[in-house]
Amino acid sequence: MELLSGADMLIRSLQDEGIEYIYGYPGGAALHIYDALFRQDKVKHILVRHEQAAVHMADGYARASGKPGTVLVTSGPGATNTITGIATAFMDSIPMVVLCGQVASTLIGEDAFQETDMIGVSRPVVKHNLSVRHPEEIPEIIRKAYYIASTGRPGPVVVDIPKDMTTPNERYEYAFPNKVKLRSYNPAVRGHTGQIRKAVDMLLAAKRPIIYAGGGVILGKATEQLTELTRTLGYPITNTLMGIGCYPASDKQHLGWLGMHGTYESNMAMHHSDLILAVGARFDDRVTNATEKFCPGARIIHIDIDPASISKTVEADVPIVGPVDAVLREMIGMVKEARQDPDADALKSWWKQIDDWRAFHGMRYETSDEAIKPQEVIEMLHRLTNGEAYVTSDVGQHQMFAAQYYKFDKPNRWINSGGLGTMGFGLPAAMGVKLNYPDDEVLCITGEGSIQMNIQELSTCSQYDLPVKIINLNNQALGMVKQWQDMNYESRHSQSYMESLPDFIKLAEAYGHVGIRIERKEDLEPKLKEALAMKDKLVFLDIYVDRFEHVYPMQVARGAMKDMWLSKTERV
Amino acid sequence: MRRIISVLLENEPGALSRVVGLFSQRNYNIETLTVAPTEDETLSRLTVTTTGSDKVIEQITKQLNKLIEVVKLVDLTEGAHIERELMLIKLKATGAQRAEIKRTVDIFRGQIVDVTSTVYTVQLAGRSDKLDAFIQAVGTTGVLEVVRSGVSGIARGEKVLSL
Repeated sequence: MELLSGADMLIRSLQDEGIEYIYGYPGGAALHIYDALFRQDKVKHILVRHEQAAVHMADGYARASGKPGTVLVTSGPGATNTITGIATAFMDSIPMVVLCGQVASTLIGEDAFQETDMIGVSRPVVKHNLSVRHPEEIPEIIRKAYYIASTGRPGPVVVDIPKDMTTPNERYEYAFPNKVKLRSYNPAVRGHTGQIRKAVDMLLAAKRPIIYAGGGVILGKATEQLTELTRTLGYPITNTLMGIGCYPASDKQHLGWLGMHGTYESNMAMHHSDLILAVGARFDDRVTNATEKFCPGARIIHIDIDPASISKTVEADVPIVGPVDAVLREMIGMVKEARQDPDADALKSWWKQIDDWRAFHGMRYETSDEAIKPQEVIEMLHRLTNGEAYVTSDVGQHQMFAAQYYKFDKPNRWINSGGLGTMGFGLPAAMGVKLNYPDDEVLCITGEGSIQMNIQELSTCSQYDLPVKIINLNNQALGMVKQWQDMNYESRHSQSYMESLPDFIKLAEAYGHVGIRIERKEDLEPKLKEALAMKDKLVFLDIYVDRFEHVYPMQVARGAMKDMWLSKTERV
Repeated sequence: MRRIISVLLENEPGALSRVVGLFSQRNYNIETLTVAPTEDETLSRLTVTTTGSDKVIEQITKQLNKLIEVVKLVDLTEGAHIERELMLIKLKATGAQRAEIKRTVDIFRGQIVDVTSTVYTVQLAGRSDKLDAFIQAVGTTGVLEVVRSGVSGIARGEKVLSL
């Protein structure tokens, strides 16, 4: 058997785990590991400019590929800088392993240089964390970390590695375990057949059914099953912000997404439904609005891999714990074998009602002869990229516009921080996607507020040649904050202005990229085309959009799902 | 409603902090908490008493079950069970008080485990409300110090919480 140091065992374990890229930043406590990294070429390291970005890069990769991302940082500030990224991944259940250096075990607890209790600090925002107590444990701990991160309801796992666990001249026998077994961790592999049958009976008897799908469908790789079930039943389907792409947006059964900025027809259909089939969604407060007014006539079937997500905010009538793909597959079988068909008359009048709602609103905004509307930028991008691009976003109005007006027909292409709402996510996430999918178009739709939260990564993009397209919807204000201030604080714009914006064009150029400013409406299409034609260049598009635009629909605070603002003056 | 949740936990460093952290992080209430290793040295038994609506208790048990180090758990209050808490209490005991305290200790089936000329240290085991009743009976003015173990519990009959 081979004898390896702890550091070499760590890198070997990553190789054996099949990891191609890791994202990170070196420092004292991680130097043995970085030296081991230097002496091989299978695992490639991407050097970011701030550790938070390393986590978002790994996250972007994980969201696009469905495979866990990997991060390597040092102790203390290196580790604490990852926290926002880890919390982002945790809220959206993204599989990830974060390897953190730590001061030597003999120094732990002595307030040593660059010492932070990373196990304690990260505890509330990880699926699990593990500490290395003996170098021999490293292969097993690494296997365990990836196993936990990527099974069940996925999530980030932190591994804390004291420096003396990686000492170069102390060698141990290396063996990578094929399998790990944890007696206390057994995610469900299938749903309860009795419950599924009950659900199918309810589904077939429903008069006003709706399918409400979430990010769990994408994480659980169940888009095919969801699409088949939805088409077999002929029922309307809506999805959450995180579920975008789980069902083709261009399909006529799709009502758009739901919730705070969801479509009128989705929210109306939810409110008036008599049966909701929730699949891998968690009844988040940005979806339900006031839970006591939530869908008063609806019975609820809830499928989720995580039992704690069921009946957490809204009580489920038929809970089904299990992987969404397996449960949906079983459901499809039962629906096809059932003697009863869905009630065709009821369904017909339900669709008639839904079509009326669609006709009443759909997605619309007022166009202008002069100002560039952010919505039209997104629509144009959708057209120019044939709806095929990977789109990452930051957080705010631009995020909502992107989600509303870029119609995704495929999963894993819409990449945003839905749960935590992390500004600064978009650029590094786009980089993580581009690195792994170099032949695909990767757009980062952002705003002048968000982009400045991780703008230093333009430097990483030059180093690794990552030609993403940055679409900066520049409205010269923190748009969503300003919108809330307009709506709830009599337009008192407290701290929502950015009065000293940099010249983004020069900034992009300073990092060796291309910057294009668009201020006039007639320049929009030719300049977008010009940017998209530069396949091997990072292009920073600084687009001056209408400063006064709001995102609509918007649910009325503390109302029911059906209570919405449809424009600045129109409330239903 | 008050509940007693009994947990089999991996006996590993940091496992307890995960349980306690979960309660504070999700705004659940801990009334008492007790933890010690079991006959199997790889496992600890943790007992927590908490209060909350049925919905909150359901979330507590589900969230606890999600912790990787939680092996098994049971809400003892769902079935017949035995609960005990141990109390060590120091009481001012001078003059006529000495005989009175001794009588009260006997009534509650406690034991005086340490004596000085002015102080009795009493050991008492039972349900938490019995310990409360004892404190009330001796009167709080004479109480110098109270140490309570927190509740331990076990199901009645043949039901066991084990691997």
